[in-house]
Amino acid sequence: MSGVHDMGGRPNDDPIDQSEHVFSDWERHTHAMVGALREKRIITTDELRRGIESIAPEEYGKLSYYERWAASLETLLVEKGLLAQDEIDARAEALRERWG
Amino acid sequence: MSTHTHQGHDHAHDGHEHEGMLEDVELSERARRVLAMEELLAEKGVIGASEVQRLIDFQGARSPVDGARVVARAWTDPDYKRRLLADPEAALLELGYPLVGSAKLAVLENTDAVHHLVVCTLCSCYPTSLLGLPPDWYKSFAYRSRAVVDPRGVMREFGLDVGDGVEVRVVDSTADLRYLVLPQRPTGTEGMSEDELIALVTRDSMVGVGVALAPVA
Amino acid sequence: MARFQPGDRVKVIAAEMATHHRTPSYIKGRVGRVHALSGLWPNPETLAYGADGKPERDLYLVAFDMKDLWGERFDGPAGDVLLVDVYEQWLEAAEASADGGKA
Repeated sequence: MSGVHDMGGRPNDDPIDQSEHVFSDWERHTHAMVGALREKRIITTDELRRGIESIAPEEYGKLSYYERWAASLETLLVEKGLLAQDEIDARAEALRERWG
Repeated sequence: MSTHTHQGHDHAHDGHEHEGMLEDVELSERARRVLAMEELLAEKGVIGASEVQRLIDFQGARSPVDGARVVARAWTDPDYKRRLLADPEAALLELGYPLVGSAKLAVLENTDAVHHLVVCTLCSCYPTSLLGLPPDWYKSFAYRSRAVVDPRGVMREFGLDVGDGVEVRVVDSTADLRYLVLPQRPTGTEGMSEDELIALVTRDSMVGVGVALAPVA
Repeated sequence: MARFQPGDRVKVIAAEMATHHRTPSYIKGRVGRVHALSGLWPNPETLAYGADGKPERDLYLVAFDMKDLWGERFDGPAGDVLLVDVYEQWLEAAEASADGGKA
């Protein structure tokens, strides 16, 4: 069975929502971090895609576009040993406290 | 913090309200994790804040006007159009548009006989260096799943009715080639300047869900 | 040297593959025609796991007839086509058809 991302020709009846997207800062940062890591040849586009495709099907549909990117980025950074999972968790928690 | 879990689409109205609340909660957590990664990568010297900012600025400066300039030039200069179709990268460089990353560009020319529509069913491949970041609909399940099986229906949803006498060619951009549609020049634009023409070239016409705007009479 | 040339009839290999690849399932096992050669590219199937993508693979833009691909699900006119980027390792030569390879 092919993955949830492989959706060509498997439509539902939903109309196409044509509303324009207002970017959040964190989305721009996600995009730019991926771009910077790509420039440095630390990650490839296909690794990012693979990380997105590895998101569980029930999660995939719930996440927004850049949430999928961010989840994949986190997977790849940990996998490559550039960051440790507990280090990211701890820093995210520290930021939560910093911001109240 | 909300403890609601996502209940799917069973209850259309309630479901949408819950989705909105849930999304707010998840976004802020995801934003924190992105910022956490960014801080840590900077501290370790992997990527600096200035590099991230440079890319944010670069992408922020890209918009469909870039693609429109290329299209308008192709409309007004037949030699440029030939170069654009034969060697898109060189032709883009002439106008000061280097392609970023490892992707290459291919240009699909719409004619009286052929209309192209671009989709990426597997993810969201899009010529961002010429059109800016893709609109949400381009990345949506609805568009990605349907464009390959019902392109004419999709185009009608965008207000475009391509006649049966015109061959529709859908391009599923699955690799690292990025496709730019070269829309047809509208009639009645013969005397217009390049700048005036640029204003007629919409983003949607360069993806294929639209055509270039008609000039205001 | 690319194995196929424009106009050649090709069949997309019908393999299930759990790892990363760029061949959409809707064309697997289907027959199309090489529309254009798109050059040599690093192989996404190894790039996705940290390798360098070598050796590079030929990429083709393959045309599939909409009616042929979707049958009754497609309600547009005959002649509409779907063009898909397909890497060479996913293609094999298809038998010439009775209509002279028009499809």
